[in-house]
Amino acid sequence: MNFGILVNEGPYQHQASDSAYLFAKAAIEEGHTIFRVFFYHDGVNNGTRLATPPQDDRHIPNRWSELAKENNIDLVLCVAAAQRRGMVDPDEMKRNNKDADNIAEKFRISGLGQLIEAGIQADRMITFGD
Amino acid sequence: MLHTVNKSPFEKNSLETCLRLAEDNSSILLIEDGVYGALQNTSFESSITNAQKTIKLYVLGPDLKARGLDKSSLISNIEIIDYKEFVKLTVENDKVQNWL
Amino acid sequence: MEDELETGVVKKFLYVNRRAPHGTVYAHEALEVVLIGAAFDQDVSLAFIDDGVFQLKKNQDTSEIYTKNFSKIYSALEMYDVEKLYVEKESLHSRGLTEDDLSVDVKVIDSSEMKKLMSDSEVVLNF
Repeated sequence: MNFGILVNEGPYQHQASDSAYLFAKAAIEEGHTIFRVFFYHDGVNNGTRLATPPQDDRHIPNRWSELAKENNIDLVLCVAAAQRRGMVDPDEMKRNNKDADNIAEKFRISGLGQLIEAGIQADRMITFGD
Repeated sequence: MLHTVNKSPFEKNSLETCLRLAEDNSSILLIEDGVYGALQNTSFESSITNAQKTIKLYVLGPDLKARGLDKSSLISNIEIIDYKEFVKLTVENDKVQNWL
Repeated sequence: MEDELETGVVKKFLYVNRRAPHGTVYAHEALEVVLIGAAFDQDVSLAFIDDGVFQLKKNQDTSEIYTKNFSKIYSALEMYDVEKLYVEKESLHSRGLTEDDLSVDVKVIDSSEMKKLMSDSEVVLNF
């Protein structure tokens, strides 16, 4: 099966991102594929390059980057939600005249159409949120 | 359909609403804080045992364990599953609805 | 339009709204998904359950909390061909509201009809 995953909450604040990650990992181990992980609402904050959690705790953004790297997963931050919350990639930085970008590896910023497309193309759509 | 509920029934009405709107022969998986809905001897217990007449209930083991709970704390006939089985449930059911 | 060959997949999407407006962002951002989603020509329904029914309450005026009054968008949904708005009767009733309190035309359905709507949907998104 091909899974679409929606993550509605940011790292650490709610368990959503953790649960989504563990689900994605289990799905891959079971031989399934992940069509896309779409981050919406505060979920876009999972894409930060600048998190410094304590050494003895999980690094949520990095964990997603690594999973995406190893399994070629498309991690998408919703552009509208990202703009509101200050998640910026190099293109958005230029487009909106910001002095920095802060997006982590393997994440990209794109439109809500990517969520709808996941709903259409994936076999199953799972939402993790608050 | 597979329903998941991630909130304690004592915090939010997500489980209550899910029980009201879940079809007969569907499955409900309690995850995250939703696992508290599986506890015996609570004011919510009868809602669960009533639902169990037509709906199959599951609870996510890792979330139970994290919260210091185990099979002995649960209402009977609630199956404890892991993430692998969570994935299997989503595959076996034709769709998923996640109550937040 | 109709004479165009449509070979794309069409799925029954159900957007489930259970939260009140303004206290959190979910109602507003859910609406943005619906608007963007409208361009994909899917079979779209919106369900308003529990506090979600408050999203449709008439006369919302956000001028004194200085937030965007997105409630006007619900009336514009039909321009996007999003016309299937369902409100759960029990949720309305338990909150002391009637259909007259709502700002848009909706279909008020009871729990058993809502149950069927959910069961008939293919992609269910909860906000």
